[in-house]
Amino acid sequence: MNKLIVSPSPHAHTQENVPRLMYGVIISMLPAFAVSIYFFGMGMIIVTAVSIFSCIAFEYLIQKYMLKVKPTHLDGSAFLTGLLLAFCLPANIPFWMIMIGAIVAIGIGKMTFGGLGNNIFNPALVGRVFLFVSFPAAMTSYPEPGQWLTYMDAVTGATPLGILKEGIGNHTATELVGQAPGYMDLFIGKMMGSAGEVAAIALLLGLGYMLVRRIITWHIPVSILGTVAVFTGFLWLINPQQFADPLFHLLTGGLMLGAIYMATDYVTSPMTKKGMLIYGVLIGILTVIIRILGAYPEGVQFAILIMNAFVPLLNKYFKPRRFGKEVQHG
Amino acid sequence: MGLLTFSRGGIHPAENKISAGKKIEFAGLPEQVIIPVSQHLGAPSKVLVKKGDEVKTGQVIAESSGFVSTNIHSSVTGKVLKVDAFPDTSGYRKMAVQIQVEGDEWVEGADTGDELITSIEYTSEEIRDKILKAGIVGLGGATFPSHVKLTTPKGKKADHLLINGAECEPYLTADHALMLEKSRELAIGTKILMKGLGVDKAIIGIENNKPDAIRVMEEAVSGDPGISVQALQVKYPQGGEKQLIKAILNREVPSGGLPVDVGVVVFNVGTAYASYNAVQKNRPLIERVVTVTGKSVSNPSNFLVRIGTPASYIIEKAGGLPEDTAKVINGGPMMGKAVSNLDIPIVKGSSGILIIRKEESARDAVKPCIRCTKCVSVCPMGLEPYLLMAQAEKGMYEDLEKDKVMDCIECGSCSYTCPSSRPLLDYIRLGKAEVGKIMRSRKAV
Repeated sequence: MNKLIVSPSPHAHTQENVPRLMYGVIISMLPAFAVSIYFFGMGMIIVTAVSIFSCIAFEYLIQKYMLKVKPTHLDGSAFLTGLLLAFCLPANIPFWMIMIGAIVAIGIGKMTFGGLGNNIFNPALVGRVFLFVSFPAAMTSYPEPGQWLTYMDAVTGATPLGILKEGIGNHTATELVGQAPGYMDLFIGKMMGSAGEVAAIALLLGLGYMLVRRIITWHIPVSILGTVAVFTGFLWLINPQQFADPLFHLLTGGLMLGAIYMATDYVTSPMTKKGMLIYGVLIGILTVIIRILGAYPEGVQFAILIMNAFVPLLNKYFKPRRFGKEVQHG
Repeated sequence: MGLLTFSRGGIHPAENKISAGKKIEFAGLPEQVIIPVSQHLGAPSKVLVKKGDEVKTGQVIAESSGFVSTNIHSSVTGKVLKVDAFPDTSGYRKMAVQIQVEGDEWVEGADTGDELITSIEYTSEEIRDKILKAGIVGLGGATFPSHVKLTTPKGKKADHLLINGAECEPYLTADHALMLEKSRELAIGTKILMKGLGVDKAIIGIENNKPDAIRVMEEAVSGDPGISVQALQVKYPQGGEKQLIKAILNREVPSGGLPVDVGVVVFNVGTAYASYNAVQKNRPLIERVVTVTGKSVSNPSNFLVRIGTPASYIIEKAGGLPEDTAKVINGGPMMGKAVSNLDIPIVKGSSGILIIRKEESARDAVKPCIRCTKCVSVCPMGLEPYLLMAQAEKGMYEDLEKDKVMDCIECGSCSYTCPSSRPLLDYIRLGKAEVGKIMRSRKAV
């Protein structure tokens, strides 16, 4: 008889593993990807392909030749970082900028901290913000939707939030909102914006898929979106001439993408439900403050990175409720 | 009444109850039995026999050596071959009595018939005494001596007895089979334990994946207004004492406390059945129902097994050890112990022998923690397994104690659910052992 294996319990294990979770997130992004191809055509495909390929390649090269460890480039996480980075870049950005963004995301955002599981900041957002401050012109000229065969030659225009930020002071918020695409267009994604952030409905569909598959819980996305809705709604009720309505804020910019995909990144978000809610509420508040008071029209990327830095603190102070802490008599 | 369950954490592993519906079958007498003298939590019993002695079925061969200890009986009739250290489920050698089996002649006074004796003609003290003399311990696996649990500590008062028929471990069906076939004995056993404990309310908790057992037990207790059956949602680890109390009565046993602190005492269904035999039939605890199961086992079964029977004997009865066996588990897949030796004896705490195939036995390579929070959400005790593991790895024992590592019930939900296959519970056990040492040394000062 063969020798028996002796190991401590449990002797059963779930089918779930890291690649399955990562590819689950990627599958949930397919509807948004499809909508973005419909609006931005070839540009979207090129940006996504270059971004994913660069992230995987840089992860492989850094692990193999600099860190001299067994590469984990195919575990899905570099693929996901690449896809997320592509989603928050304009669909007409030159490919060499994407590669710079990818090496910053993987190299600085992830590998310098020790690789998967150890990074403090969301790698894709680190890449995006690096590009945003390095190449502000390229990062703020967005192609108009409906150009199928263009890439860097696409006709560009301003985003709805850009229109709002530029015009406020000279025009009322209501006039500026009127210049932007209608709510239905905003909802399906027919507007200027980063390649993957436009299609609110497709992103919400992805959220539904991730919730059903229990990849993430509702706490972070709902608390962010809810806070933004309440905060902007409050301002709008006080002064509708000065402030845009909450629906406009929810449907424009990177808020949906940020709330559903960036802030929910496992590694850089809190470990407890209480922590998640506080993290989400604070991201929502920071996003609105930056959008309204900041120099940039868009705030969610900075709000998430700022709150990423507070995650260890949230983990330390917001513990799960221990069983048996308070004695109840039922 | 609707289905109840505990509120925090828990998992749904594949149930795999392949031996469900199999009738309880007497496994028969092996050639030899090895009866360890420490089959319970607490002090080992004092051996009363020596080599060459003739013993009868049900005869005391080792007696209780303290309050938290109990009697051990011969499970067969035969001749003592040896009193020596033999390997048990832990892999260590422990003192045991080896008996050459010659027959099955019971000691005088034991009633081996099937006639149901319904009226309970004993006082609480007599019941506790009979349960101690019969060597009854918790048959759910914890093997805590039952007479101790029936003795409510000074200043505490129990108001409910819970009978644990959850059987939340995948694969195991021993309790299920027992409820189906011995429901009336179980109902009387429950009344005996109520009387021993001095409570007038008892609830039998059964998970909803055993609707036949719920029906049969409801029928068996229908004449008793004090006893009810509560159907429970299927969720692991509902059979854990603290989770069961939370599920049925919505009371939380305080950290470091006992169930009696919230007025509850919990017994397994097997223990209630053994109590019936002890009190009504004068039959000590010398046999129990054991599930022998596994995906490659040709005849998964529920056997009535004499204590001390080698595991290999009942594995043969279930069709033999399959070719592709990699692990043999004493207990269920979540909390059972892997054994290194098939000659280990079945003891009072053995609820099943699970045979695991090669392809299911390998642990995946450990990958980095991705902070997915799944271990935190499944922990039924509200702990942070990822953090406890890191603290245990780094020897941060003060932080471990502060973060309640001693509350861990070792259910294994965290290790089960980890997508990075991290050995969370392995490290938490190490941490518990070290913190336990520190706490004891502090007490000693």
